[in-house]
Amino acid sequence: MTPSTASSVREPRVKAKQRPGDRIFAGSTLTAGTLILAMLAAVAAFLVIQSIPAVTTDPGEIPILAGETFWSYVAPLVFGTLWSAALALLMAIPVSIGIALFISHYAPRRLAQGLGYVIDLLAAVPSVVFGLWGANVLAPAVQPFYSWLTETMGWFPLFAPPASGTGRTILTASIVLAVMVLPIITALSREVFLQTPVLHEEAALALGATKWEMIRTAVLPFGRPGIVSASMLGLGRALGETMAVAMVLSASGGINFALLTSSNPGTIAANIALSFPEAFGTNVNVLIATGLLLFAITLVVNSIARWIIARRKEFSGAN
Amino acid sequence: MSKRIEVNDLDVYYGKFKAVEGVTLSIEPRSVTAFIGPSGCGKSTFIRTLNRMHEVIPGAHVDGEVLIDGDNLYAPGVDPVLVRRQIGMVFQRPNPFPTMSIRENVLAGVKLNNRRISRSDADDLVEGSLKGANLWNEVRDRLDRPGSGLSGGQQQRLCIARAIAVQPDIILMDEPCSALDPISTLAIEDLIEEMKKDYTIVIVTHNMQQASRVSDRTAFFNIAGTGKPGKLIEYDDTTTMFSNPSVQATEDYVSGRFG
Ligand SMILES: Nc1ncnc2c1ncn2[C@@H]1O[C@H](COP(=O)(O)OP(=O)(O)OP(=O)(O)O)[C@@H](O)[C@H]1O
Ligand SMILES: [Mg+2]
Repeated sequence: MTPSTASSVREPRVKAKQRPGDRIFAGSTLTAGTLILAMLAAVAAFLVIQSIPAVTTDPGEIPILAGETFWSYVAPLVFGTLWSAALALLMAIPVSIGIALFISHYAPRRLAQGLGYVIDLLAAVPSVVFGLWGANVLAPAVQPFYSWLTETMGWFPLFAPPASGTGRTILTASIVLAVMVLPIITALSREVFLQTPVLHEEAALALGATKWEMIRTAVLPFGRPGIVSASMLGLGRALGETMAVAMVLSASGGINFALLTSSNPGTIAANIALSFPEAFGTNVNVLIATGLLLFAITLVVNSIARWIIARRKEFSGAN
Repeated sequence: MSKRIEVNDLDVYYGKFKAVEGVTLSIEPRSVTAFIGPSGCGKSTFIRTLNRMHEVIPGAHVDGEVLIDGDNLYAPGVDPVLVRRQIGMVFQRPNPFPTMSIRENVLAGVKLNNRRISRSDADDLVEGSLKGANLWNEVRDRLDRPGSGLSGGQQQRLCIARAIAVQPDIILMDEPCSALDPISTLAIEDLIEEMKKDYTIVIVTHNMQQASRVSDRTAFFNIAGTGKPGKLIEYDDTTTMFSNPSVQATEDYVSGRFG
């Protein structure tokens, strides 16, 4: 890395003068970058090494598996994790984009600012609070509605009866997750929407776009990569959320798409927290292996998101 | 197509600040009118009142009348969106939509206006508009490439194509060549000359030669000082304005003897 003076004599090319400030800065960014990679590698190595016994040991000797194989133990958890996160995003993304657009393009300045602060505050609420709210307030409140839905719309697979008596179903958990990821997605989308070049907004307006058409032609396409990134951050939080789900969802295991019944799949993160009392011996390895799977899922999901963004890079307006 | 513009005693404000005061002029159909004047005298501000783009800025408003073939743009009940569909605008900096292809850019206005358009009609319109903007030969085999991948001059002609694709009556151009090289500038000047057959064209320019080359009539704006409103000083045939203006300030400005 350090160029010797001798080589610069031999090389006819003129080298830019190296300033100490630049070198210190380059060095510290390199260190930071290496550090994060090293940490990630260490976490991955820990997870992998600790996970191996979960798959190789005879399932009969691992109490938490109760005779099943590791894979049949983890499958419903993976499903529950993905399903609840997907439901949460499905609810959160449109609402977030709506709020972000309202703040960036519709609300009067003062109101927009206030609303922005409130949203940011919401991001700072600890997940235990959301868990308490979900279990003690939201679940009882939506239960009658769930009963009504199963009675009137029970033919629709997602609303299949019987309705849960407590209301602590996967849908309730997803609603809580949606509320939790809402601030992240909203805050980031708002920032991108605010950065739409006035030039492009005016181009649309001058063509005779209404405000909504202007947003559709200039603001949303410009903000699309930002929306995807924001959603992925939200998804990361939803996939990994532990406390709130553990408190709200009454999980019984099994893969089941029905939203309103009392037989709900658990999620990986919540399952790890709830299984804590049993965390000894090889049980720990099983739980860690599920954690590794969560790690892998998050990685895959993020790669997909990056691929989506990269696919239309030329059209991003970054050139 | 191609309409007369009449402005009666128009004052233009940004909030409490009066940027332009008491403009009265009339612009003939099928003509090119140039607005000239020193920086900050309100040319951009004024031209944006002609298609109600001015009020897009928070707090901006006008006082007075703008008649397009006798209909007041600022009459109560007139929808600015409909006004802008009939009066196209080209901006100082080329602004094709970066997320759209060349073809989509040309069709953007048409799609907005909620017209369902068949594939073949769309093809014809794209070809016609790009030919109208003298860009067809350069982009015919890369219509699906992003519009932002073109050169500055090509982008500006793409913006002109986008503006004429919706078949407006009037086209407003605010310094359309100021970001372009001389060759691209000439291409656009030729284009303006041709478009004059079909449209009423108003162009803001800082380039005296350009004003004298392309315009039939010229309006000179000026300000008394910073913080004062800009005013229309003189408005006449371009040849008169440049050879024998009746106001001293105009003569000073067009001959380059200005402050
Ligand atoms: N968005 C705005 N808000 C408040 N004042 C503005 C705004 N835009 C322009 N002005 C003011 O209005 C006056 C006229 O500005 P305008 O941009 O119309 O001048 P111009 O003649 O187009 O100048 P140039 O030749 O440099 O483009 C200036 O005093 C300017 O500071
Ligand atoms: Mg200007």
